Amino acid sequence: MVIHQISLIINGTEEGLQVPSNMTLLHALRDKLGFTGTKNGCEAGECGACTVLVDGEPMNSCLVLAVELNGREITTVEGLAENGKLTPLQQAFADLNAVQCGYCTPGMLMSATALLRRNPQPSEVDIQEALLGNLCRCTGYQRIIDAVLKASRNGGAK
Amino acid sequence: MTYKVIGKRVKRVEDPRLLTGQALFVGDVTLPDMLHAAFLRSDYAHAKLISIDVNLALEVSGVVAVYTAADMGDAWEPGPPLVSPPPTLENVVFNSRRQVPLVKDKVKHAGEIIAVVVAESRYIAEDAVEEILVEFEPLPVVVDLEKCLEPGSVLVHDDLDTNLAAHLVQNKGDYESARKGADLIINRRFQLDRGAAVAMENRGIVADWNEKNQHLTVWDATQSPIPIRNGLAARLGLTQRQVRVIAPFVGGGFGPKIMMFYAEEMVLPWITMKLGVPIKWIEDRRENFYATTQEREQIHEVEMALSKEGHILGIKQTIIHDTGAFNPYGLTTPLNTQSHSMGAYDVQNYSSEVIVVFTNKTIVTPVRGAGRPQGIYIVERLLDIAARELELDLMEIRRLNFIPPDAFPYEHKIIDQAFVPLILDSGNYEPAFDKALEMLGYEDFIKKEQPRLRAEGKHVGIGIVPFIETTGVGPYEGARVSVEPSGKISAATGVGTQGQSHMTSFAQIIAEHLGVQVTDVNLVTGDTAEFQWGTGTFASRGAVVAGNAVNAAASDVRQKVLKLASKILETPEKELELEDGMVRVVDIPDQSISLGELALLANPLRGAVEPGTEPGLESTKYFGPAFGATAFGVHGMILEVDPETMMIKIRKYITVEDCGTMINPLVVEGQIHGGVSMGIGNAYYEKLHYDENGQLLNANLADYLIPGSTEMPHIDVHHANTPAPNNELGTKGVGEAGAIPVPALFAQALENALHDYELEILETPLSPNRLYELLHKQEDPS
Ligand code: FES
Ligand code: FES
Repeated sequence: MVIHQISLIINGTEEGLQVPSNMTLLHALRDKLGFTGTKNGCEAGECGACTVLVDGEPMNSCLVLAVELNGREITTVEGLAENGKLTPLQQAFADLNAVQCGYCTPGMLMSATALLRRNPQPSEVDIQEALLGNLCRCTGYQRIIDAVLKASRNGGAK
Repeated sequence: MTYKVIGKRVKRVEDPRLLTGQALFVGDVTLPDMLHAAFLRSDYAHAKLISIDVNLALEVSGVVAVYTAADMGDAWEPGPPLVSPPPTLENVVFNSRRQVPLVKDKVKHAGEIIAVVVAESRYIAEDAVEEILVEFEPLPVVVDLEKCLEPGSVLVHDDLDTNLAAHLVQNKGDYESARKGADLIINRRFQLDRGAAVAMENRGIVADWNEKNQHLTVWDATQSPIPIRNGLAARLGLTQRQVRVIAPFVGGGFGPKIMMFYAEEMVLPWITMKLGVPIKWIEDRRENFYATTQEREQIHEVEMALSKEGHILGIKQTIIHDTGAFNPYGLTTPLNTQSHSMGAYDVQNYSSEVIVVFTNKTIVTPVRGAGRPQGIYIVERLLDIAARELELDLMEIRRLNFIPPDAFPYEHKIIDQAFVPLILDSGNYEPAFDKALEMLGYEDFIKKEQPRLRAEGKHVGIGIVPFIETTGVGPYEGARVSVEPSGKISAATGVGTQGQSHMTSFAQIIAEHLGVQVTDVNLVTGDTAEFQWGTGTFASRGAVVAGNAVNAAASDVRQKVLKLASKILETPEKELELEDGMVRVVDIPDQSISLGELALLANPLRGAVEPGTEPGLESTKYFGPAFGATAFGVHGMILEVDPETMMIKIRKYITVEDCGTMINPLVVEGQIHGGVSMGIGNAYYEKLHYDENGQLLNANLADYLIPGSTEMPHIDVHHANTPAPNNELGTKGVGEAGAIPVPALFAQALENALHDYELEILETPLSPNRLYELLHKQEDPS
């Protein structure tokens, strides 16, 4: 297996790393760089737990090879809160009890962050559609949707 | 009792970590020199294992070891029996057959493990798995619940002359006599099929043997770390103290992460002790579909006898329950079905036979609901059918049969899954039921809205289903609460958390007693080094059993605090209050001492203490209920069906939930939302399709559809409160409740929506496809 030297800009900081050709971004983030906030639920693009932002766009990190993203900007859940201060979206999740086991939460936050950035005042239907690729087995989605609505009133994604 | 913190909508203390990616899940554990395991699993559901050749796999660069059953030698043994049959029942047949770590001679379901590769990375391990050569002799497969009992059937276990895993009969009253006096007898056959739990986090294990310390640490995404610890110690010849099992944050449990002793849980600790380095394995989604336990496949032949007024005179049924290839979890699930088939009703005569069968399918253990949804489905379906035959109102027939409030505690005179008599401790069903009808606007809908919608050609139906849930069963749980010199409270309990908010709810109980902030409590769950007595998080028992243990421990610490503070402040205990982390003299706020100072004084470094004194402000307490607490609820919905596409739209969904005292309504509502979501999946989207070869045809999340953000309705939750009489807090469980009535509710509402098709639904799960088939069968008399 060929090993590639690449660099990724993760949450604003450039990180150099060596990855084999077949390593997904998900594994590079989790296993090579220690960004374990991004979760693995299926490795097949079906659950959304691994969602990160690549140049601001939500993407299933399990479906893309790390080597393909050399030089690109990646945002993970660790890059949302600044100096421990939750974003309005994270705060709304906490306020409205939108988290149970928390396993889907990082992916949900990333998809919703991308939505709020491109559409700061989404309707409920907009939110449902933006989160269609993110499965949650615990919450029944209602409070997650309510939290995104609340965040849109409280300053959006940041 | 009025509480200050218990019962409040307190925000969760675990959320900051979960929202920022800082919470530790098993998959996040990385240790120096850690190796990775991948498993070779059988594609066949039933096959003789002729030979295995691992040589090519061993040549793959980065592979450290490959093991098969033969390599395990004496360490190879089946998993421990987890739940034996109820000892108090007579004439029980129970053929215990437990899952094995690695297949030795015969594969009994697809997904069983043939070999394990240990390598420097998971990528390498998986590639090497492909290099293992296995010769199988495929055998005929048995999947059908009834055919498997026919003489001459293929046998799952060759050392048994039958596929019968268990048989038992429980009777209450005298059904045959009751039947003689009946005006109406209904006979139906119900077919209930399998679903998967689909926690978003798959299972996972990191096992680490430290040779120098002679100590084994296992991180395990399990609901039951203590039984796993105890079982591992026994298997590996270690003391329990030499083994630490940690269930950190767990990404959803829903039943299958129970103390199964999955093959992987037996194999990884064995390998780390052999190799002396940590080994990690995280289940992938496909493995989760094949190797993680499932539930709900049953056939029911049922008879209900009624008077012409609609009183239930008796119920008789035979349940055939599929346990899959092994039955480590005993009879828990069918016993739950048996005890819930009388629902919330006063049934005096009940005769019920349970037949459990082995098939070449994945093992069955409880999944959220655990046999209860099936029981509720049966009794509620029968009442719908009876009401139609007797021309009674669907709601009226339920009111007529509810157990009245003065009949509690109500004894059913059969044994339930906890092996104690099925006693419903308390309840007040009719007001909660009426509330549900009111919330849904039942009368108005039936009288005005539905006729109008029908006139417009719309198929909009209504359904209301009440249910009970036996919860909070023993044997016991414990908790330790301790005031630290910092003034913070540390606490621990054995029950782990998979999203149930224990760190908040239990902290609320402690804060209530000790007058501290919820955020001042540091509660550890699911780490055997912190608390080593108990069983686990399952059967809707955390808030009841562990909650009351926490309550007892916190209350005891409060007494210790008061006693010491009384001495120091020279004030009688009854004149003291605990507030803001201080003990104060009521009305003289200046006279006070902090909890932290008291903790220091309770643990002196010099001087003599009074004889009999225990150091510290700490207490460990246990709670074990004689029998469980029975919750009650009602779900209602208005649902529109498009008879062309069979797509549905839920226009309104309401629930009334009586889980006794609530510790945190936010958490209770969250549990209900999630339960309903799973119930909707169970009722209309999720079915595991096994073919006649025992192959699961939809083993991924693209083909096995769980509800997504667009499928879920808003759910209105109303709380009723009949406190449990047999525990101090008055709590009843609620973790599984949301899922229980939903399949029965769907059936009722769909029949109502499609009234012009005269549909009678006798199966679950449904799906748009299946509903289409049923309607067309109905239309086409041929
Ligand atoms: S892990 Fe990437 S979509 Fe499921
Ligand atoms: S909170 Fe558990 S999967 Fe969403």
